[in-house]
Amino acid sequence: MGALTPVKRANPIFCVSVVALFGAVIGLFFGIAQNQGLLGLIFGTFLSGAVAYGCTRMKKEKTARWGLVIVSTLFGFYWNGFTGLIISVILAFLFGWLIFWLFESRYRMRLASYLTPIQVLWHYTFLVICGFVFFFLITPIIVVMPLSFNAQDFFTFTPEMLQLQPEGYSLKHYKDFFISDDWRQALRNSFLIAPMATVLSVGFGTLAAIGLSQPHVPAKRIITAILISPMIVPLIISAAGMYFFYSRVGLQGTYWGVVLAHAALGIPFVIITVTATLVGFDQSLTRAAASMGASPVITFFRVQMPLILPGVISGGLFAFITSFDEVVVVLFVGSVGQQTLPWQMFTGLREQISPTILAVATILVIISILLLSTVEMLRRRSERLRGMTPG
Amino acid sequence: MKFTITFLVSSALSLAGSIGFANEEGMADSMTVVSWGGAYQKSQQRAYSEPYAAKHDGLTVIWDESSAEAVAKLRAMNEAGNVTWDLVDAVAADAIRLCDEGLAMEINHDEMLAPGDDGSTATEDFGDLLVSDCFIPQIVYSTTFGYRTDLVGNTPPENVCAIFDLETYPGKRSLEKRPVNNMEWALLCDGVEKDNLYDVLATEEGQNQALAKLDTIKDNVVWWSAGADTPQLLADGEVVIGSTYNGRLFSVIEEQGQPVSMLWDAQVFDLDGWIIPTGLPEDRRARVVDFLRFATDTQRLADQAKFISYGPARASSAPLIGKHADLGIEMAPHMPTDPANAKNTILFNYEFWADYRDDIDAKFQAWLAR
Repeated sequence: MGALTPVKRANPIFCVSVVALFGAVIGLFFGIAQNQGLLGLIFGTFLSGAVAYGCTRMKKEKTARWGLVIVSTLFGFYWNGFTGLIISVILAFLFGWLIFWLFESRYRMRLASYLTPIQVLWHYTFLVICGFVFFFLITPIIVVMPLSFNAQDFFTFTPEMLQLQPEGYSLKHYKDFFISDDWRQALRNSFLIAPMATVLSVGFGTLAAIGLSQPHVPAKRIITAILISPMIVPLIISAAGMYFFYSRVGLQGTYWGVVLAHAALGIPFVIITVTATLVGFDQSLTRAAASMGASPVITFFRVQMPLILPGVISGGLFAFITSFDEVVVVLFVGSVGQQTLPWQMFTGLREQISPTILAVATILVIISILLLSTVEMLRRRSERLRGMTPG
Repeated sequence: MKFTITFLVSSALSLAGSIGFANEEGMADSMTVVSWGGAYQKSQQRAYSEPYAAKHDGLTVIWDESSAEAVAKLRAMNEAGNVTWDLVDAVAADAIRLCDEGLAMEINHDEMLAPGDDGSTATEDFGDLLVSDCFIPQIVYSTTFGYRTDLVGNTPPENVCAIFDLETYPGKRSLEKRPVNNMEWALLCDGVEKDNLYDVLATEEGQNQALAKLDTIKDNVVWWSAGADTPQLLADGEVVIGSTYNGRLFSVIEEQGQPVSMLWDAQVFDLDGWIIPTGLPEDRRARVVDFLRFATDTQRLADQAKFISYGPARASSAPLIGKHADLGIEMAPHMPTDPANAKNTILFNYEFWADYRDDIDAKFQAWLAR
């Protein structure tokens, strides 16, 4: 990646003042943690300003940045042991990079040279806003992970944990998850219910989508609306309705009752994704197959299915996640014998705030990430094989 | 040869045994018991259902952790004509409600329950705690306060009014997000005599007086709704003092070793026990009645106190309370009913709250939102 715009060292005043602003924010952050916001703000501003000024006076960038890291390592260790050391090394790298990025005007390097300063500023403001969106989406999930290694039975970062001492951490909540009968049973139920519900939703949903995409189906919109309704009607209403209906027909509290209820919730996702892929499907292909003597079933499996497979798979994935995450309907339709993971987590959270829930959450997050990345990789591979995307 | 005979005899015996028990006087061979989950349900399993199942081969006991939704779910089951629960653990207030609605079976306490082992009849043994015709009391628990020993300096609180004392005990306090108990404590600390509490609370001015007292600490209150909240807040050091069930505090102090101590002053006693849903088939009801007679006798109620710090509902069980099964500490001093802890107590007034709950709830919620 070559530079679009040649860069040179700029006036140090700009660099020093921006770095001081960053230092002020970080100082305020640390200050609030110690109940001395204002002091932290002032201290952060002047310290970072001074460091930035010092760095701009240095001839060699490398010397300045490594010097900064070494000094702050010593200072951080003196200040707060091992934790302090890690925090200050991270800050030192960050500030070292920031100072020279600003000082050498590297921020213009990747941008077209005709951009005005306002446009450059907006470009980076936009990136910062994107960064914040990611930060607020992901932080709650990340925070949970270290807490699940807590040696205590509370959702608390203990002083031992913050000082990174090994005795503050333990795997006992993971052990609890894998050993306790309740959790194992819940895990088993979830893995018995979700795949079966997925198979049913994919089967029915795909057929419905294909039928609805035919031009001659009467009252198409009304049928679609009815099939999609479980996604739009508030869940608690579907759940209460299912409860009374299933009780009458003897499905309440049975395995098949929960599977059918979850299948009904999953069908709309399959219909929507498959309908979307069918838009790009050329109906003359089925006629071509028919003209060569293929029966409709063979046409479906040999011609249509392979082409709409990506839509079917992603619909199935959504149906699986819906069933796997669902708590309201299973509370109504299921009984103790069908207690799923989300249900167990729900009662666990209400009865005792035990970090076992966090351990389970961490495991589920990892499973979801693996699942989604596998599907995405498969999808890309099949697209590449069919030559739909270059590379 | 000898081995073969022994083997044959023993297998024949066990076969006969299992057939015998499964059909035992027309009783169902499975039973669904509803309780609260967590440590409390564990204690019931260890003290009641495990010893009972050991005596009755072929019996399966299924536990459902739905007591929190017991009233709503029983109503729905009744409407759908499909009652799947055999025995439900409920707090006394819920039991009274279910009894009034005809969802819980009426119990003849003397006939259905075992007499006390000191010779008293069941009615005498449970005494005042038989608050409803459908309710079989099991434990006495209390809602009381725990405080952080490291945040109160050299003056640990000895009086419930410490929650209103922001000068001596600065910081947040946690209270339950409902008027029950909080209104009583507020009036008590505003100079109302304990005997007049409910007379005052029945009046408009009394209710306003209680809310005005709560107003003085409103900005410093964290409101909780699940029993596990206060223990978490205390462990975090987020609150200085907070109310919750005494068994939760016992677990925080003795099992988790947190720097927390009990404040027993003005604890509010409440009851938890069993109800049998109406409309059970004959065989299932016979099984539940048989189980209940066993599970509520003097020894079993005393046994439960080995696993959790709630007081047994029978007077005759008190002398039998022993040591904690896992920790090995004497349990009697941790009981809310222990004389040293029960110097100043309030008994949950079921009649008053049945009459005034809706009214005061609405006022309390409006005050909260203000």
